Amino acid sequence: MSTQTKDTTGYLDMELLRFSTAGSVDDGKSTLIGRLLYDSKSIFEDQLQAVKDASKRLGGGDEVNLALLTDGLRAEREQGITIDVAYRYFATPKRKFIIADTPGHIEYTRNMVTGASTADVAIILIDARNGIIEQSKRHSYVASLLQIPNVVVAVNKMDLVDFSEDVFNTIKAEYEEIAKILKLKNVIFIPISARDGDNVVDASTKTPWYKGETLLHLLETLPVRMDETKLPARFPVQYVIRPHSDEFHDYRGYAGRISGGSFKVGDEVTVLPSKTQSKIIAIDEGKNSLQEAFAPQSVSIRLADNVDISRGDFIVKTNEHAPTVSANVSLLVCWLNHRPLNEGGKYIIRHATDETRAIIKDVHYKVNINTLENILDDKTVKMNDIAHISIKTLKPLKYDSYGENRISGSLVIIDENTFETVGAGMIVHNLEDETFTI
Amino acid sequence: MDYKLTHLKELESESIFILREVAAQFEKPALLFSGGKDSIVMAYLAYKAFYPAAIPFPFVHIDTGHNFEETITYRDDLVKLLGANLIVGSVEESIAQGRVVEEKGFNASRNKLQTVTLLDTLEKHKFDAALGGARRDEEKARAKERFFSHRDEFGQWDPKNQRPELWNIFNGKKQLGEHFRVFPISNWTEMDVWQYILQENIPLPSLYYTHEREVFERDGIIYAALPEMPRRESEPIEVKRVRCRTIGDITCTGLTLSTAESLEDIIGEIASSRITERGGRSDDKRSEAAMEDRKKAGYF
Repeated sequence: MSTQTKDTTGYLDMELLRFSTAGSVDDGKSTLIGRLLYDSKSIFEDQLQAVKDASKRLGGGDEVNLALLTDGLRAEREQGITIDVAYRYFATPKRKFIIADTPGHIEYTRNMVTGASTADVAIILIDARNGIIEQSKRHSYVASLLQIPNVVVAVNKMDLVDFSEDVFNTIKAEYEEIAKILKLKNVIFIPISARDGDNVVDASTKTPWYKGETLLHLLETLPVRMDETKLPARFPVQYVIRPHSDEFHDYRGYAGRISGGSFKVGDEVTVLPSKTQSKIIAIDEGKNSLQEAFAPQSVSIRLADNVDISRGDFIVKTNEHAPTVSANVSLLVCWLNHRPLNEGGKYIIRHATDETRAIIKDVHYKVNINTLENILDDKTVKMNDIAHISIKTLKPLKYDSYGENRISGSLVIIDENTFETVGAGMIVHNLEDETFTI
Repeated sequence: MDYKLTHLKELESESIFILREVAAQFEKPALLFSGGKDSIVMAYLAYKAFYPAAIPFPFVHIDTGHNFEETITYRDDLVKLLGANLIVGSVEESIAQGRVVEEKGFNASRNKLQTVTLLDTLEKHKFDAALGGARRDEEKARAKERFFSHRDEFGQWDPKNQRPELWNIFNGKKQLGEHFRVFPISNWTEMDVWQYILQENIPLPSLYYTHEREVFERDGIIYAALPEMPRRESEPIEVKRVRCRTIGDITCTGLTLSTAESLEDIIGEIASSRITERGGRSDDKRSEAAMEDRKKAGYF
């Protein structure tokens, strides 16, 4: 009983880390995830039995194909491919992990962007036999574009190159050049064999020359979004809570999720776009009242004055750097739909909790994400293309650049007729000043 | 101040955000309440999300007519406690109206039939979003489900044509006749749910705790010996100490041998368990892609 009690308390202290995995076909991504789930004992007996049965049926003999643990849909099992972003979960006593598992084929840049949008860490898999290929560059570009704070380069299939230090070092040196061009922030290299488990959970005896950490240990210790709470405070109003009851007759709470920084009771605040000023008198979380709340908490804020605030407005701290309020927005867009972007066309824009319409003013250029060169002569933005565009919105947005804040700096573009989400936009102020490379 | 959130607080914050998005983006949402622990957690999250205002959408329960008595009592008490409205869709009624035909034989279940009752109920009340307590870790077809899952006018799910979901921007726009299924606790695991129930001190139906019950065994799964569950002569009744790990209707809920009397006991039991909670669900065992097929047809 005593060990159970200890487990329970430990569990209440755990943090959450989100990471994405991207890899090319056959470089062992599914096997790596299967290995992490298996070695962290997140696989249950009935799941394992199902995989053992399937491995046998597919002619794999008695060897368990860990990749089958992550194949979700029947179509994928039949074709041996991954169609869409899949989410996986496992936990160690230190952390709970959410994996956004994205397929690596060229046509699936959109899935990589989706998976990377919430990730704290990107794991990029490189097959030790093939070294860095075009797809590795594409994955790295997406990590840079989505500004994932940590990139782990897992050089896989080391068993097939005799755990050669030279092979590992050559790949590392070559990748460091790319990381420099892409301005990737924190890049860590690990030699692994996902199939046999070397340096995944336990340190390998076959890589005595490698002094770094195992992949799992790294994932347990990398910082989790520490910077988010240090940003200027942003509170996109999501919903106005008005009980209309006798007990809470005058109650008016502005509900939302803090998307940067922190707020305290007593803070002087400004509401945007109206620029009305007021003061925080209470921060509520259900029945509890808090003195201070920070990103990414969902709370509801009460103000001293009866001001007119509705969904889509921003509450910010008066003494901090304010977001830009403007109808002209410059952004890098990843196109997600089969129908190309229509220059001059009108779309619906969703930004934080705000919604408006916009016209696409200009397509400045596209980016060839394999060569990282700008394409100026072809401005048709098709599915999986990345482009620098300008839009003009019907009502002004309150925004930061994506480099400053991943929530107030991002938006999605929605087709006016089909209502599909067709574009993912990362706002830029001035491209030359940004951490982006293009 | 130490700006650190535990993973439970972060999951809670994400779920509350989703619940508020639903209230803001849809005209007539509803919360699908099954009586199981996941929908109970979702109900409490909804209460927290809108407090001190009332939950701005009704609870919908699809009653197969094969529910445990405890589920119905718990449901009625909870609705009162949280001040929510309850709408019940009845599978018996769908059968009586000839909308569905009851399965026959010893493995007959109304699990599949309830999809029709569910879609009929959504249509009758013109609900445009149905909140469900499904989690991505439950089953592999669910690992690819979105938070906001778009359904066509036949209530069907097209896994190859899902809307991309980026950052925390959720697109609930739809054509006339279409609706959404929304899953606020997508990112929770079974363990997270139990830990949250413990942390928030949420009362649960007694079925989740160990109790003595008349049971019988079929294909390695223990079922409750109740009139709703047809039993072969070769399947003798025994009395055992059991509890439910998930609660569905009587015909598809497998029971676990257990001595767990408290939440702490249950958590300890799950931490050392080597079988998934759906391992005891006979509805998933029908084929390797059973869940995928049911989801495409409009299942929860």
